[in-house]
Amino acid sequence: MSEPLLVYPTPPPPELVRTLDLGGFNWKAVSSAQEPEGRWLGAVIAVDEDPEDAFGFCRALHRRGLDIPVLLLISGTHLNELEMRDDLYTDFCLTPFHQRELEARLAHLVWRSGTTMRPELIEYGPLVLNVDTYQASITGRPLDLTYMEYELLKFLASSPGKVFTRETLLSRVWGYDYFGGARTVDVHVRRLRAKLGEEHAGLITTVRSVGYRFGLSRWER
Amino acid sequence: MEPQKDYVLRTVEERGVRLIRLWFTDVLGQLKSVAISPAELADAFDEGLQFDGSAIDGFSRVQESDVLAVPDAATFELLPWADPEEPSGRIFCDIRNPDGTPFEGDPRWVMRRSLAKAAEMGYTFYTAPEVEFFYFRHGDPDQPLVPLDNASYFDLTTADVASPMRKRTITMLEAMGIPVEYSFHEDSPSQHEIDLRYTEALSMADNVMTLRLVVRKLALDRDLHATFMPKPLNGVQGSGMHTHMSLFEHDVNAFHDAGDDYGLSKTAKSFIAGLLRHAREITATTNQLVNSYKRLVAGDEAPTFVSWARNNRSALVRVPVVKPGKESSTRVEYRALDSAANPYLAFSAVLAAGLKGVQEGYELPDEAVADLYTMSRGQARASGFEELPMSLSEALDVLEESPLMADVLGEHIHEWFLRNKRAEFAEYRREVTPFELRRYLNTW
Repeated sequence: MSEPLLVYPTPPPPELVRTLDLGGFNWKAVSSAQEPEGRWLGAVIAVDEDPEDAFGFCRALHRRGLDIPVLLLISGTHLNELEMRDDLYTDFCLTPFHQRELEARLAHLVWRSGTTMRPELIEYGPLVLNVDTYQASITGRPLDLTYMEYELLKFLASSPGKVFTRETLLSRVWGYDYFGGARTVDVHVRRLRAKLGEEHAGLITTVRSVGYRFGLSRWER
Repeated sequence: MEPQKDYVLRTVEERGVRLIRLWFTDVLGQLKSVAISPAELADAFDEGLQFDGSAIDGFSRVQESDVLAVPDAATFELLPWADPEEPSGRIFCDIRNPDGTPFEGDPRWVMRRSLAKAAEMGYTFYTAPEVEFFYFRHGDPDQPLVPLDNASYFDLTTADVASPMRKRTITMLEAMGIPVEYSFHEDSPSQHEIDLRYTEALSMADNVMTLRLVVRKLALDRDLHATFMPKPLNGVQGSGMHTHMSLFEHDVNAFHDAGDDYGLSKTAKSFIAGLLRHAREITATTNQLVNSYKRLVAGDEAPTFVSWARNNRSALVRVPVVKPGKESSTRVEYRALDSAANPYLAFSAVLAAGLKGVQEGYELPDEAVADLYTMSRGQARASGFEELPMSLSEALDVLEESPLMADVLGEHIHEWFLRNKRAEFAEYRREVTPFELRRYLNTW
């Protein structure tokens, strides 16, 4: 886990500290919204001690453009405070919380932060590949690819303009001494072009007696 | 989990796929389908989907009728004609016994076995079929057939209803990862041809099954009928599936030899010799219907004699001329195959016949330069050309005696196929045809 969870206020409630430590979370408590620098996985904010201050902290995070998922720890008596504040939090957990529930919610929060919050995209012109979800689209239209077609396209699109030999593609994409030999690459490139459609088939060009290139060459750009 | 399966499961989830059609093929070459929900797919990958095989042609056995359909993750495709709001996908299956071993009645297994044999010898087998078919106004056998047009080879007619339909067919095939090389209006009225770009033979057999479904489906959408029946109309050419074939040793086309007058390697020559020597034995699989033999008559672009040539369209095996610089496209074309063949069995049969030639180092006979269509049987025999079987019955006789084909098909299919096809022929033989009435009713 590279980035820490942001926790507020300082010091955090002891039962929260215990759960975070037992769950093996990397976390850091802060005392003001000006403090957090760098990247955070998400935030856990205990509301009950001072609701006004806690929501102020949330709003400050929001204004600073820290677009991270926020989990509130809130008691039943403060639930009405959530009204009209939907933009400030992602999820909440009732206090006193159940340790397993908080862990599950945090795990889910972290998963969202790892996938939907910052999906790894490869973009080239009209083509977009989402590396996390295996999805590809061209001018917004989803492309239905088989696994090997997807892997080949991803590999090519990761280095636009570069010419790859069939052998390189075979060893890097198929990853083992695939029996079909480099003909396999030709067959898959043709399938990919067919699926890209006439208009975009030219995204993959054949470089005579060398191999294939994705996108324009470095000279044409 | 293997990445291929994981990828399919993810795609199903991401695209909101509602239904997955498990496809497989019976021994006669009919596509079968069973639909499952996405939730069942992971289990199907791991354990297969159990079903009663006794109702499937060629699957029935005496002792045990349950079999498993195990999806082949590499073949998953979304169906381009499905409602975008309710996407559905298809995936080809291998059929297994309940204990997990391959089921001997599965044509895909026949193909896998044949390809494994080629692989042992160091070869990958590529095929590229030219699929011909007809469109008709209806599919009612009791009414006279009505073609959509009276156009001919390469004709581009403005009133051609079929052209937009063919174009849509190609767009759909391409969307499913089946690249099309050419398509055009064929010789006969309302006859069309779609040539697929070469690919490894198992994928190609899957592609042929998909193509047939797509062509039929798009015709049906317009209240028309498409047929792959080999010879639907009297007096005009039937629907063949001329198939181009090549063997590759890794990246090298094993059929090419720059030093040879024909540009053919020793492997290619022995392969052709194998095709010729075993042609009669494999004919029941390349031409499996009573009707197939009405296409295999002189003229009409179909072969009748066992022969090979470069520029002679009456030959059984043709070696297309390869343009300079295109040596890797060296290939042989087997011209007997028709559009109603079971592609898994037919591709396996031609591969096995060719490989037998390579294995045993068969000598290639002389090229047929004469037009075989104008030759009498006596002349042809005197020139050393054997005749292809003239009826399904004759083809079955040769198949029954063929150790090569018993080996290719496996005992289960060899035996079942003979039994089923003998019954088909027996039924045909009992039928009094319009030809007989026209010919005999008033003269006798």
